[in-house]
Amino acid sequence: MANKEIMTVNMGPQHPSTHGVLRLVIELDGEVIEKITPHIGYLHRGVEKLSEHRTYHQAMTLTDRLDYLAPMSNNLGYVLAVEKLLGLEVPERAQTIRVIMAELTRLKSHLVWLACHALDIGAMTVFLYCFREREQIMSMYEKLSGARMTSSYFRVGGLSQDVYDGFEADVRRIIDEFPGYFDVYEGLLTKNTIWLQRTIGNGVISAEDAIDYGITGPALRGSGVDWDLRRDNPYSGYDKYSFKVPVGEKCDTFDRYKVRLVEMREAINILRQALDSLKPGPILADCPKVCYPPKERVYNTIEGLIHHFKIASEGFPAPEGEVYQSVEAPKGELGYYLVSDGGTKPYRMRIRPPSFVNLGAIEKMGKGSMIADLVAIIGTLDIVLGEIDR
Amino acid sequence: MGVEQPLGENVLTTSLDKLVNWARKSSIWPMTFGLACCAIEMMATGASSHDLDRFGIIFRASPRQSDCIIIAGTVTKKMLPVIKTVYEQMPEPKWVVAMGACACSGGVFDTYSVVQGVDEALHVDVYIPGCPPRPEALLYGLLKLQDKIAKERNSFGSALGLGERLEPTAA
Amino acid sequence: MSAIAENNRAVIRLKEKFPSAVLDVKEFRDEVTVTVSKENVVEICQFLKTELRYNLLTDVTAVDYMGKDPRFMVVYNLYSIPNKDRLRVKAAVGEDGPRIDSVVGVWNSANWLERETFDLFGITFVGHPDLRRILMTDDWEGHPLRKDYPLQGPGREPYKGRLS
Repeated sequence: MANKEIMTVNMGPQHPSTHGVLRLVIELDGEVIEKITPHIGYLHRGVEKLSEHRTYHQAMTLTDRLDYLAPMSNNLGYVLAVEKLLGLEVPERAQTIRVIMAELTRLKSHLVWLACHALDIGAMTVFLYCFREREQIMSMYEKLSGARMTSSYFRVGGLSQDVYDGFEADVRRIIDEFPGYFDVYEGLLTKNTIWLQRTIGNGVISAEDAIDYGITGPALRGSGVDWDLRRDNPYSGYDKYSFKVPVGEKCDTFDRYKVRLVEMREAINILRQALDSLKPGPILADCPKVCYPPKERVYNTIEGLIHHFKIASEGFPAPEGEVYQSVEAPKGELGYYLVSDGGTKPYRMRIRPPSFVNLGAIEKMGKGSMIADLVAIIGTLDIVLGEIDR
Repeated sequence: MGVEQPLGENVLTTSLDKLVNWARKSSIWPMTFGLACCAIEMMATGASSHDLDRFGIIFRASPRQSDCIIIAGTVTKKMLPVIKTVYEQMPEPKWVVAMGACACSGGVFDTYSVVQGVDEALHVDVYIPGCPPRPEALLYGLLKLQDKIAKERNSFGSALGLGERLEPTAA
Repeated sequence: MSAIAENNRAVIRLKEKFPSAVLDVKEFRDEVTVTVSKENVVEICQFLKTELRYNLLTDVTAVDYMGKDPRFMVVYNLYSIPNKDRLRVKAAVGEDGPRIDSVVGVWNSANWLERETFDLFGITFVGHPDLRRILMTDDWEGHPLRKDYPLQGPGREPYKGRLS
């Protein structure tokens, strides 16, 4: 072009489809994106620093607030990391309930992703439907832990309490009802011409580039890389369940959409298997120096009271060393790198946020596409700013 | 109150104030301004199960069209100038709702990067505690804001440019 | 050094190829950590990626061991998607003008992760294409994740509750 004129457009941090406080500075040639410069950090709360000043039990409440769409996945990664540091074995019932909650969390997170992704592209109905279904999981969260979002239900060594009466019936209802809802969403979107035009061929990133940029989770599988931490490096007893790992072919937004929808159906599949294998048993490891004793022991025995007091006031010491534990969070690989100096607080807690690394690829994915398609690319990356900025 | 209320307080002006207040409180248009976790509960409040529309509360995406800003989440030092700018872009009359522990007081994040409560910079009308507050709590807070708007004085006069809008005095 | 670390394929190959650069090999909870000299970090990473197929750089971060010499430890967490195993590479960086070579040329994902480490620890990555602060504002003073940086930031007391 003879007179190429670059226009700079600022998007965010206050923008309805940046999913929080993301700011993008976009350089445009006409309507075509030449360059995207993301600016993040508008929600940097200092979680990593703060957790150095909290005991291992206390630091868990901070992890709820990282990826606030999937609090229990964050809790799971954290407790697994601390348990690895301590070398603690968790009873089977606790592991199974953890898997059930982690999969419900995946459903919950993917529902918000679908809701917002569809809303950004113009499908308002899907938003209302997804939030309606999400309320079911939210009320289960509340019955289980007392909080709708920031649950902190898991504990180092197991769970904070056993499930409520009627938990299994609630999960069973979700298993029975949700596939029908997924059909409704697919009916609204998968053959919808507008949806197809907005998503097919949009935000393409090849498998090689995706790995190079460190993309993980459904966004990587959408590019055709068959890799899922639940299957390949199983944790919390995921090796006992059989499930499909969906993989895309065309590396575009539509394939990532299909991958996530199959993942939701597979989550139902895992829920069914986990619920069938749920047996009565202890929910906390037998390790009084680490795990809070049950309340009847605190009230009735002197040892229980002392243990409770010691754990609550000064925490438990962890052996010197360093561990890295990651889980397949709904957004991708969520890792915790803990360094212990032998004290009761983490010497360093590093959170490896999936959204942060995935967002780094937006410069590559958005280049050359139209500015109107950028909201679809942000939506398909499924970012959460709480986790990006920490 | 002579200076602030040039029209005085008589049966005509107070009736007109009531009319203006009724119109304002019945159509609070908050801005979609999610900062953190609380924004998800704000979205849930606006979505199907809790349905804010029945109170005349409709989310707007632009500060120019809104008269209420819900600070839903942690305010960081990097974000504060942006919030101030957005607030200044909103037309009068405008109200501020601090939603959640972080917006009220910094919450659990007593750290180097977090502003310890948005009231360090903005005048907050309603504080909603909780981490995050339940949708019902947000609804209650917004109803409290409606009550507050209903008790404002000189709304009519200030709309004509005569004097200031007066907040209700604490009961 | 325990059996797992000794028999680790990557450790054996690294020791063959870089006998003087591999300073220490540790094993804890079935995880292998290799400490290398910071001068060779790019060569070693390139070797790990091309020869040993550690194609995914999951994380770059640092740890501040204040009071020890050298003070900082830059940590690379690697993953091999074909072999499904992990390896941790560490390199020590001294306190005065901390700097280390950038591995952006090896893995693109290092770009933002190194920027974050620069922002929060003040470690300069030599050869990084765009080394700016990423989380804090551009005019921020200090590096918050260093151990000598107060949690509440300079000049503010922690909240101690209403009664104290």
